[in-house]
Amino acid sequence: MSKFHNKGVLLEIRGLKIDGYSDETWVPIIKGVDLTLRRGEVLGLIGESGAGKSTIGAAAMGYARDGTRISEGSIEFDGMELTTATSAEKRALRGSRIAYVAQSAAASFNPAHKLIDQHTEAPLHYRIKKRMEAQEDAMELYERLRLPNPREIGFRYPHQVSGGQLQRAMTAMAMSCRPDLIIFDEPTTALDVTTQIEVLAAIRDIVDQFNTAAVYITHDLAVVAQMADAIKVLLKGEEVEHASTEKMLDAPEEDYTKSLWAVRSFKRPQKSRPEDESKPVISVQGVDAAYTGGAKVLDDVSFDIYPGMTVAVVGESGSGKSTAARVITGLLPPMKGEVLCRDEALPPRYQDRTRDQLRQAQMIYQMADTALNPKSRISDIIGRPAQFYSGLKGQALKQRVDELLDLIELDPASFYNRFPPELSGGQKQRVGIARALAAEPEFIICDEVTSALDQLVAEGILKLLDRLQQELGLAYMFITHDLATVRSIADEVVVMQNGKVVEQGAKDEMFTPPHHPYTDLLLSSVPEMDPNWLTTLLEERGVDNIGEAARV
Amino acid sequence: MSMFVIGYYAALIAASCIAAYFQNRQAFMLLFSLTLVSFVLGIVGGVPALQGVTVFAGILALAAGTSYAFREFLIQVSRPAIAKELRTAPLTAAFGMFVIFTYAIAGIFAPWIAPYGQSEVIASAFEPPNEDMLLGADQLGRDMFSRIVYGARNSVGLALLATILAFMIGALAGLYSAVKGGWLDQLSGRVADVIMSVPSLIFALLMLSIFGTYLWVIVLVVAIIYSPRVFRLTRAVAGNVVVMDYVEAAKLRGEGDWHLIRKEILPNSTAPLIAEFGLEFCFVFLLIAGLSFLGLGIQPPTADWGSMVRENATLISFGDITPLIPAAAIALLTVAVNFVVDWMLFRSSGLKEQ
Repeated sequence: MSKFHNKGVLLEIRGLKIDGYSDETWVPIIKGVDLTLRRGEVLGLIGESGAGKSTIGAAAMGYARDGTRISEGSIEFDGMELTTATSAEKRALRGSRIAYVAQSAAASFNPAHKLIDQHTEAPLHYRIKKRMEAQEDAMELYERLRLPNPREIGFRYPHQVSGGQLQRAMTAMAMSCRPDLIIFDEPTTALDVTTQIEVLAAIRDIVDQFNTAAVYITHDLAVVAQMADAIKVLLKGEEVEHASTEKMLDAPEEDYTKSLWAVRSFKRPQKSRPEDESKPVISVQGVDAAYTGGAKVLDDVSFDIYPGMTVAVVGESGSGKSTAARVITGLLPPMKGEVLCRDEALPPRYQDRTRDQLRQAQMIYQMADTALNPKSRISDIIGRPAQFYSGLKGQALKQRVDELLDLIELDPASFYNRFPPELSGGQKQRVGIARALAAEPEFIICDEVTSALDQLVAEGILKLLDRLQQELGLAYMFITHDLATVRSIADEVVVMQNGKVVEQGAKDEMFTPPHHPYTDLLLSSVPEMDPNWLTTLLEERGVDNIGEAARV
Repeated sequence: MSMFVIGYYAALIAASCIAAYFQNRQAFMLLFSLTLVSFVLGIVGGVPALQGVTVFAGILALAAGTSYAFREFLIQVSRPAIAKELRTAPLTAAFGMFVIFTYAIAGIFAPWIAPYGQSEVIASAFEPPNEDMLLGADQLGRDMFSRIVYGARNSVGLALLATILAFMIGALAGLYSAVKGGWLDQLSGRVADVIMSVPSLIFALLMLSIFGTYLWVIVLVVAIIYSPRVFRLTRAVAGNVVVMDYVEAAKLRGEGDWHLIRKEILPNSTAPLIAEFGLEFCFVFLLIAGLSFLGLGIQPPTADWGSMVRENATLISFGDITPLIPAAAIALLTVAVNFVVDWMLFRSSGLKEQ
């Protein structure tokens, strides 16, 4: 922090308390947080979901989201007290002096207007610039953020540019009035690793160039290490630790911080294919697939999954990972090729498969919220497959459900009669696992099961999956774009790009050079905890081609 | 200046002051603007106008009080989970529930509540109200009050039956279309289009004149007229649920369509369907009343609000309000049902969480 010590304080939050409205009472969600931000400083806010990161981010603009209220404390922005300011005064600040970059640019842009029109709205509204000046300025910002065709891209609609470009356009928009403070609320969480780098580099450069202060909210430690000068760790609305980035990474003091740092340490020994003549439990052979009337999404995809092994399928979004899973389950009949289960061809459509064939391949979904029927009790959700496949009834069924709940480390007594909305994200995902296990399958497809979860919770799920694999001898097809997960639990890796398998093999081979160029790109794009990682990487790759790097 | 006028202004000003003192801005603005309006009203309309305002305010206060007490009563007698929901009900919804409750009691216990039978002639035609007859007699000398009570049973019962049937046809077709898709979806969609393209009253008149005015024909015709709306809503709501991962999981498990509908889709689309049920009920009720008014609905001498309006319609030219009583009964029920439906729509739309 020393480098900013002599600069003026821009934002000062003292003893901030925020209440949220739930079940017809006000419950505290932020319990007294202090924060000081000087001009040009970047502060990283990290913590798991529900820690109150975004709520504090919004409060820094003097804004309480619907259903929340600022109950105590002071928020002073450049000498102006925001908690008592009128809404007109606060409105005058927002957009011009404080800007906000949301997590999902795709959902935050108005799809009915061109990017540049949305960009110039704020400067025109505050009469800082004339329209033509503002457009010129927008083009200049686009150029600095290394967007392709900076003079032309602004005249496109949001759906005509890619996710990473949209996120950069949003950062440019936040800069349009040259604000003193920008709040970044998880700007790269929804992006692939390869696109994430472009956005991170762009954000860092622009914050440096204009000497803007920023609050960077994220749950990804490696990302925050690249961006922030200081880091504040939050847990359940309270501050755990605050220190400069180097100090925080080298010598965290609190146990909670250490546990966050240690998350990526989970690793298990790699297994190799069984030596004897056992058949692959699932074998995908030369599959081509396309959605109705569309172009090919899968192009000659083949891979085998042996019993008791974890095969990770990696690739950026749109590479055909999930489509491969849909072909295996029979939701999308392939145009060519077939899926074998223990050398026996499965009917292409799930409607034609027998109960036993359906039972053997189960699926765990990415979004536990939509994967569990909100109006069914946990006992029904888990009990139904057991009842359906094994014909269990009454006491036997109840006992089986209890067994399954024990298996996923949830207490049967307290969870038996609950409904999914009453559960946390991690618990829901565990119920999803139990539902898959209830069918007594040999093979489970895990579709991005940890990507919607916090790192600590995700680690718990990975450990659980690993334990279940050892106890029950399951085979996993693990679809993910997170290479840290792959490193920790995969035995074999299949790398996909544009519907083709680029490279496949055992994990240790895949992670040792030489790689296929695309694998190399994926691997090198995973952020590391080293604060200089981004700088080094950008030097290696060369600054100019970063925008094109994703299209090797 | 009568004592009434002095008391009237004194009460209003005192109430405004109290509201101002307790910083209840809304109540103060309401009361004080009423005071100001009353000045004008008093000058233009004199004492009777002010008395009208007082009576109106009194009725409003009585209704509010009843609703409040009724809501408390419901909260006390129902299970904790339901009581929690009821606590969020606004007074209008409580009022609606109270009215529906009253109508239900009147309909169910009609023979015990009504002092005379529905077709019993007890007086001369159009006799004014006296201590025997609360609301006077109709065009044949039958007791108006008894006929209103029996009408609650006949009109509301019939409308309820028709609505339930419309819902069974529409919702089932909608759910199956959403689950199955393909040609079944297309077929039922086009059938719904055809039914909706025929003006409903004309269609009902046509059918009733072909098949005769039997009760089952009325119920069936009305149900068929209203089922396409239910079909479309159900199809849309279920369409959003069908794409959820849990439905996909159930499909991949090998579950049949009926299980999907009953266990996975229906529980997640009940809220809008219940709200729609309330709305449809009003429309069905009005259609049946309209048919009765035209003489094609429930046949005399069975008491029915729609035909009661028609039979006594001549009296309106003499400035009597008798024909308006069954009309008011219809209006009150429609308003009450809409109050309840508004609350349910508000709950199901998730507006409260924003």
